[in-house]
Amino acid sequence: MAIHLENSNVATRESRIGSITGYIGTLSDLAKQSGCGTLKGCSRCFSQSSSCLSTCALGQLAAIRDVAIIHHGPAGCSVEGARRYYLERTLAKKRGVTNNTVYVGTGMDENDTIFGAADTLRQIILEVYRRYSPKAIFVSSSCATGIIGEDIDSVVDDVREEIDVPVAAVHCEGFKSRIWATGFDISDHAILSSVVKPPRQKRDTINFKNFYESARPEIIEMFRNFDLEPIFLYCNSTIEELSHISESLATTCICGTLGNYLGNGLEEKYGVPYIRTINPLGVAGFETWLREIGKVTGRKDKVERYIEEQRAIYIPQIEEVKKELKGLKAVLGMGPGYTFEVSRVLNELGIEVVWALAWHYDKKYENGDVPPSMEYLLDNDIDFEASVADQQNYEVMNILHKYQPDLYLSRHPGSTVWAIKNGTPAVYVADEYMIFGYKHTLEFAQAVLDSIHNRSFEKNLARRVKLPYTDWWYEQKVDTFLEEAGR
Amino acid sequence: MAKLLDQQRYKCALGAMQTVQAITRAIPILHSGPGCAQKLSDSIGSSGYFSPNIFPCTSINEKDVVFGGVKKLETTIENALKVIDADLYVVLTGCIPEIVGDDTGEVVSRFADAGKPVIYASTAGFKGNNYRGHEQVIDAIVDQYLRKADDRQKGLVNIWADVPYQDLFWLGNIRELERLIAELGLEPNTIFGYQRGIENINRVPKAEFNLLVSPWVSVGNMKKMEKKLGIPYLHYPTLPIGAFETSKFLREVGKFAGVPEEKVEELINRHENYYYYLIERYADMFLETRVMAKQFSVVADAQYALGITKFLVNDLGLVPAGQYIVDDTPKQFREEIKKEFANLNYGLKAEVSFETDAYKIHNEIKKHDYHGYPLILGSYYEKEVVEELFGHYLNISWPVQDKVVLDDSYVGYTGGIRLIEDIYSVAVQRWN
Repeated sequence: MAIHLENSNVATRESRIGSITGYIGTLSDLAKQSGCGTLKGCSRCFSQSSSCLSTCALGQLAAIRDVAIIHHGPAGCSVEGARRYYLERTLAKKRGVTNNTVYVGTGMDENDTIFGAADTLRQIILEVYRRYSPKAIFVSSSCATGIIGEDIDSVVDDVREEIDVPVAAVHCEGFKSRIWATGFDISDHAILSSVVKPPRQKRDTINFKNFYESARPEIIEMFRNFDLEPIFLYCNSTIEELSHISESLATTCICGTLGNYLGNGLEEKYGVPYIRTINPLGVAGFETWLREIGKVTGRKDKVERYIEEQRAIYIPQIEEVKKELKGLKAVLGMGPGYTFEVSRVLNELGIEVVWALAWHYDKKYENGDVPPSMEYLLDNDIDFEASVADQQNYEVMNILHKYQPDLYLSRHPGSTVWAIKNGTPAVYVADEYMIFGYKHTLEFAQAVLDSIHNRSFEKNLARRVKLPYTDWWYEQKVDTFLEEAGR
Repeated sequence: MAKLLDQQRYKCALGAMQTVQAITRAIPILHSGPGCAQKLSDSIGSSGYFSPNIFPCTSINEKDVVFGGVKKLETTIENALKVIDADLYVVLTGCIPEIVGDDTGEVVSRFADAGKPVIYASTAGFKGNNYRGHEQVIDAIVDQYLRKADDRQKGLVNIWADVPYQDLFWLGNIRELERLIAELGLEPNTIFGYQRGIENINRVPKAEFNLLVSPWVSVGNMKKMEKKLGIPYLHYPTLPIGAFETSKFLREVGKFAGVPEEKVEELINRHENYYYYLIERYADMFLETRVMAKQFSVVADAQYALGITKFLVNDLGLVPAGQYIVDDTPKQFREEIKKEFANLNYGLKAEVSFETDAYKIHNEIKKHDYHGYPLILGSYYEKEVVEELFGHYLNISWPVQDKVVLDDSYVGYTGGIRLIEDIYSVAVQRWN
């Protein structure tokens, strides 16, 4: 890919890497069509609400310690600040640090949509700087400011003279992409263009992009075996730390969707290798990923020793649990950074994937290849029905109703309850490390077992509630509302 | 005009999707960007028969911004009627269609014969906060759905209170208000919560009067209903919490509805006897807790700031320090609300400020001498500042992270007892 750090705007995933949100077929067909360039993606004439890219973009940035997010728009846009206030404090407390990040709104009103509010925005930026002395300031647009053409870049340029920390404009018009993961790219772009400095020295560190760093202590411990120190991004990062990430030996990420822009950007700009294997979920994923890190950082032997040692502990236990999981059928719905990875793990555990939904699909990674998780499945003759739907719950319910699987796995808040109302046990794969490495793969397998061993909760609820979809809908095909793009 | 929302206390007008969601089997259809519903819902307790990820949404994209989203809105409504089993469909407009000028009303009018009611409300984020959005939804129901009734039912009372979901205790509160009204021998009718839906909306025009329990939210709705449906209203500004205010409330409603005085007094007597049986048993706890000063502050919307101040002063004998109203109360209501804060037992008056900037509020709290460890009831944002002051903190207003409420209530005699339990459950954590 080519990244343009001089421009504060990032092209959307749709236009940059041909990402889509509408497709129904099979995994192999999806891969074939993306390979030969015929995949167009469909739109929908009926959809249910999904997510806003600004939540991803500004959520990532707000997780950095002691920065300020200024969300220029009506009060609803900046409402995320309330959740972040809680999250930042809770996550910092667990880590034993403090985080004084502030996330404020500008409460734009009707008058401002006519006359603009650039002057007020400028005052607000200066006031926030005066009040909290943040280490960096990110100024975001919204749908409303985008449409009226508020020039936040100029405001940001203007205040830079009065503020001696990085100030970046972040373009978060929610309408510009149906793929909320574009927001991850927006945050990475802001960090690459305004915070990261050119390397002064190489250090034995590895950039590790993740969400909430729950497995931080054990990952530090693991990398100690290889004389590597992980730098977790961006949760609880400091601006100082981030300014040095160009000095690391490599970049890796727990979720390809989350990290590919930063990983590719650091590689392209500063020559930091980006680990592009399948992800460290499940046995094959963990080993492939570790070996690549060993290769890239010149630590092959140490990695092999570690793998051997850990295999001896965990593989027999995993094999034992697998006996009970064999033959279960599952449907899963997740972001593409997880769907095809978790499908592989389920296959490893002997669980049959009958349908996999990805909330979007990137035809190509930034480097032009088909995503490695897809490639792995196809190389190993694993195929199943697959669809791409931006959290369209009515499609999920239609699928669950038709297939009545033993298990539904999902990763997004508010999604699991709908499966259990259908009487399907649900596993909430929320934490990004829930299937990480041997240890968590074992825990995950056991969690799946526990979920299907006691079905009281979903049976009790399913018996009492009525589902909100009509009988008519359940009789329709899943792709009823898909239309050729452009229609 | 734009202003700094530092630790903001409310959502935007489109947050009214939660008002719609609170009506059983009513579903909002969002004409907005794809992520508005997710942003405007709270992660805890926002599921149900419908949930935000069920709400149909036009998910406006760049093309719709340029060419308008009218066509997409039409197919979204049309298919929502087919896919989703609801009794009432309420189209809510977000920022984009209102700036680019989509004629939502015209599109909605095409569904006049849909067999199910489809109405719309203008709730662009820049038009105000979710308190105003809530009013917009009720106005839309009155304007577009309700007709004046030929005959009215004696003793039937519509009860209106504060904003569902924004108010943590909305469900329990409105149920308790219903119970109190029923105990007066009247028949309550409300449109929010369990088993309150289209049937209740249909009964609204038949009521003898509307009862509004809120300092300012929905005053406009009451006036509209008075004009269009000919329903008079009683505006009771204070959320009745505890014995003093609840008894006053029952007397006032009883008088307005023509309930015999002896019946009202008998009811009050019965409740107060039990209330003071409990208070008597725990009075030593109030008197002898070493760690709580007599002074307190509430940082909340007008409803809780006023209701809790009256309760703590008139029932428990505490003394009000600064009180902070954070809901961006419209200017025309502020004087009346201030008067209520000046109307406390023993001529006490509470200083009240209408302030949406938490930085200023927290500075004032830190500056004030509470003569001991203060009691602060507020949003999650107050937790840290209260910890700094070694005070006692209770999370009663939005945003809420420190408390899970399913159907608890602070209304009435029982509600007062619940609030005491919550406050002292915090206080007893410390000895000195």
